[in-house]
Amino acid sequence: MSAISASEKVDGFTRKSMRKAQKQRKSQGSSQYRTQSAPVELSPLPQLKDAPSTEQQELFTQKLQQCCMLFDFLDSVTDLKSKEIKRATLNELVDYVSTNRGVLVETAYPEITDMICTNIFRTLPPSENPDFDPEEDEPTLEASWPHIQLVYEFLLRFLENPDFQPSIAKRYIDQKFVLQLLELFDSEDPRERDFLKTILHRIYGKFLGLRAFIRKQINNIFLRFIYETEHFNGVAELLEILGSIINGFALPLKAEHKQFLMKVLIPLHTAKALSLFHAQLAYCVVQFLEKDPTLTEPVIRGLLKFWPKTCSQKEVMFLGEIEEILDVIEPTQFKKIQEPLFKQISKCVANPHFQVAERALYFWNNEYILSLIEENIDKILPIMFGSLYRISKEHWNPTIVALVYNVLKTLMEMNCTLFDELTSSYKADRQREKKKEQERDELWKQLEELRLSNPTLVQNNCHGLPSVQNNNNNNSNNNNNNSNNNNDHQDKSVDAAAVATDDDDPDVSVAANESTPCAK
Amino acid sequence: MAGADGDDSLYPIAVLIDELRNEDVQLRLNSIKKLSTIALALGVERTRTELLPFLTDTIYDEDEVLLALAEQLGNFTMLVGGPEYVHCLLPPLESLATVEETVVRDKAVESLRKISQEHSPVDLEVHFEPLVKRLASGDWFTSRTSACGLFSVCYPRVSSTVKAEIRQHFRTLCSDDTPMVRRAAASKLGEFAKVLELDYVKSDIISLFTALASDEQDSVRLLAVEACVSIATLLPQEDLETLVMPTLRQAAEDKSWRVRYMVADKFSELQKAVGPEITKNDLVPAFQNLLKDCEAEVRAAAANKVKEFCENLPEDSREQIIMTHILPCVKELVSDTNQHVKSALASVIMGLSTILGKDNTIEHLLPLFLAQLKDECPEVRLNIISNLDCVNEVIGIRQLSQSLLPAIVELAEDAKWRVRLAIIEYMPLLAGQLGVEFFDEKLNTLCMAWLIDHVYAIREAATCNLMKLVEKFGAEWAQNTIVPKVLGMANDPNYLHRMTTLFCINALSEACGQDITTKQMLPVVLKMSNDQVANVRFNVAKSLQKIGPVLDSNALQTEVKPVLEKLATDTDMDVKYFAQEAISGKHFCLPLEVIERSVQVGGRVFFLPTRQNLLCLLNAKRDCSVQSFDKEIMWLSYPNSIYQTTLPFCTVLCCNTDCIGLIKELPRPVVMGTSSVVKVLLIIIPPPNPR
Repeated sequence: MSAISASEKVDGFTRKSMRKAQKQRKSQGSSQYRTQSAPVELSPLPQLKDAPSTEQQELFTQKLQQCCMLFDFLDSVTDLKSKEIKRATLNELVDYVSTNRGVLVETAYPEITDMICTNIFRTLPPSENPDFDPEEDEPTLEASWPHIQLVYEFLLRFLENPDFQPSIAKRYIDQKFVLQLLELFDSEDPRERDFLKTILHRIYGKFLGLRAFIRKQINNIFLRFIYETEHFNGVAELLEILGSIINGFALPLKAEHKQFLMKVLIPLHTAKALSLFHAQLAYCVVQFLEKDPTLTEPVIRGLLKFWPKTCSQKEVMFLGEIEEILDVIEPTQFKKIQEPLFKQISKCVANPHFQVAERALYFWNNEYILSLIEENIDKILPIMFGSLYRISKEHWNPTIVALVYNVLKTLMEMNCTLFDELTSSYKADRQREKKKEQERDELWKQLEELRLSNPTLVQNNCHGLPSVQNNNNNNSNNNNNNSNNNNDHQDKSVDAAAVATDDDDPDVSVAANESTPCAK
Repeated sequence: MAGADGDDSLYPIAVLIDELRNEDVQLRLNSIKKLSTIALALGVERTRTELLPFLTDTIYDEDEVLLALAEQLGNFTMLVGGPEYVHCLLPPLESLATVEETVVRDKAVESLRKISQEHSPVDLEVHFEPLVKRLASGDWFTSRTSACGLFSVCYPRVSSTVKAEIRQHFRTLCSDDTPMVRRAAASKLGEFAKVLELDYVKSDIISLFTALASDEQDSVRLLAVEACVSIATLLPQEDLETLVMPTLRQAAEDKSWRVRYMVADKFSELQKAVGPEITKNDLVPAFQNLLKDCEAEVRAAAANKVKEFCENLPEDSREQIIMTHILPCVKELVSDTNQHVKSALASVIMGLSTILGKDNTIEHLLPLFLAQLKDECPEVRLNIISNLDCVNEVIGIRQLSQSLLPAIVELAEDAKWRVRLAIIEYMPLLAGQLGVEFFDEKLNTLCMAWLIDHVYAIREAATCNLMKLVEKFGAEWAQNTIVPKVLGMANDPNYLHRMTTLFCINALSEACGQDITTKQMLPVVLKMSNDQVANVRFNVAKSLQKIGPVLDSNALQTEVKPVLEKLATDTDMDVKYFAQEAISGKHFCLPLEVIERSVQVGGRVFFLPTRQNLLCLLNAKRDCSVQSFDKEIMWLSYPNSIYQTTLPFCTVLCCNTDCIGLIKELPRPVVMGTSSVVKVLLIIIPPPNPR
């Protein structure tokens, strides 16, 4: 610690890039291995392909059992030989189930699932980096990946084997199995999530009895993510699966599916890490709307409700999604939501963040949207006009101003007379708004006075105490009232003030009195 | 409601509701936050008949607005006409309790819990309990989770048939098929158990507890651990073994680290709840396992509890258990691979010395302390150093000081300024422990070196450190060791160092007293008014203002005033500004009679204004607040007082002359202990004339 440069001493915070460079080693974690007893050393079994066909099944079982042995991968020096034997065996097993026919006899199913469960189902380790930012930070990789990867591979080949029989497998690949599988989607390791995605998709396809259960559990995961933890690494992967599931929904849509859209998918937009799964989410939403256009109105209203207030990056994503929706919207549906929607768009257009404004103004480059606007120009123009007119003069960014001029021109061409009317009434409208503003202030001021003349009530209210009922008549002469229903605390201060003045200087007692409400 | 009737035209509900409906969310939010004002304008009757129905029916809004609404309604009892009408508030709160957004729902539940207390027992059964039932059997999970928080508030105050229904509902929710609801139920299990009759705790709660503790989701299981504490407290000792321990044992070895973490985190509470016998037989081995857990998170949580756990062990076998069972694990943790584990341990390990006594500490703990003092992670070393006082009491710090010094020096020169800052903050403590000779010999140079650190925060902290040291070692020590060095820096070529001199003087003048300040510091400050750097000059003006109160009035008039007047004509506008500020500051313009007398209490100077001035003060500043500490004494806190230019915060202490003695005995008030210059005005009020 001796060689510390002066600059380093000044700036204790090394730059993030530097810290990253220092952290060259890939961080790895694993919670799978818990020392119960020292692993027995594995001894290699003969190759399956060399065994006579009568003994193959027996040997297959033995190998599966051998693969149930778990190793500590955080310790990279122990059990090297056994680890290698297990790896080779797993490879052989993968090969065996993918190339051979007739190997999946009924008795093999429990052994196979047992091996899989032992290897992959585990409590995920705590994240090494508590404020892991999936966009910035390198994920912690699963340490035992050399084995786990092969087990996933094996599971996939097992499910895809032409001899695979869901009717037998469903005894083992049951709700509990699926539940554990779903929890693994929280893995920080993207390789693992990728495997899980394919596997869950296969299971959803092959086990009709599990479908509703899988959907419900995904529901729960999302709800926990939205409302409780705000942390789950596999949202994008799950949404990707859902995208194709939604695609296959029968019409008319069941209430359950609509509820999923409104109560889960729409609130998912509020997530902090929206950017990580927005593409998949928007895809799901659009899939729903293509299935059932009547959902357009509630969906758009939902998005408007959750419209980002402070995060411009998210606002741009929302605008992107709105455009995707408008691309497939039916004109009748458009009429239903045009007013609230364009009120929001008019706010976005006037956004001081130029990317937001720009993204909103790009809507006018979309032929279909343009035709929708033209059809409803008498409704939309009055909404848009104010902010467009204002920012055409005020926006700091020249590109935005140029875009706005184009948009104004387009709108003018759509309805010239209305445009002229709006231009001439612009000033008067502004003034009317200002006046309204003043009236509101006035109203609140009066209300505030009323409140102030009721200090006891305000005070009681602040403390939520059930208290005397006489607070309605206190409009006048507050000073007296104030000292009347005081509690001990205030009495003392009043007394003290009286002491202070002994000749009863009224000013002082008032001063002390008025100060009492803030005493607590 | 005479006033409100007359104002009908002024506040028609339509206008107010219009405000609540405003398109702009912010305005809506403002209106909702002033909902009580609206209700006040409407009067209780119209609030009940018009406002509440409106709120119940038409509110579909931004969560932020709903949150404000949920909060407001909890304080609405008086505004709807008092406890007999409080049930009017239930419908809007019920719908808020079903909202998706957790914060809104939680706030609605909080408000419901609050107003439940204002219901009469009859109203509780007629209005409140049915609401809980409706929520508990709602379709969507949100209403059911809200219901979980409401059972315990109504259970104690309803009839036994209704009680049975409530228990049944709770049971159902504990086995709900949505994990969110089970989590809510599990988190309220302990609270609910507390209001149940003991028989039902045994018959109902235990089975629910067992079921939740073996839930398939670890997020549910870990909440059951929390409930375990309350349940174990409720049960008689003889039932614990059969009813609670099997589940607790299982939780301590759960396959999910989150559950084990929770056990470790709650270990002290659990230990107290189950009592000494079970602790000896069960918790000791469980604790050992947690200290050796394969997840660092769990080990760190357990390491944090080492001291508390050992302290609470039964006295008869405490030492033996620690020596044979706990200490071996602790030794391993000292060289743990994870720095969080080590630093968690370092923050408590010193506490063991008081428990184990001198001999054991020297033989067993000392090597561990020394090892941790050499740890590569600065946080570990800091944690050890910050807890030195425990060891000092037992073995005296000399044993450690040889190893301590290199550790302190290394931390003092750490590349990270936050580490340096942390060690500075421990300096006064260390100085107190190590004594003045050791300090002068080894640490004084460090303290002075910090004054010329590259980072301002370090220099600032170093200044403050000096002040604390002077308070500890006295003015004479300061005069011999610190003051010459500080004043020497006034000639440093670097203007930042020259300014540090001024900052030090600001901090030290008071602790050093009038003599040193006038004779030694003042000349240096005055000389620096000719500095060529403007920053130094205006800091001279600031310093003069700060040390003014310590100087005698003669020096003020003959020496300080001319310099300030000269600075007030400086070419630099900042210098001018601060010089004028100082001149117009209190010490030069206060009418003489204000400072009638001054007394020193606890080494600080207090001005005693005349009674007349007190009255002026009170008249001028009506927004002062009063805090009553004692019968005879009250404190008036004056933020932004007339002295605000010099005093960031000024406390006026009023008292009866009789209790002057009392004031001297008062502990240093908090406001006086801060490092910024805080003055306390002591106002003496003569006792009322006996008439």
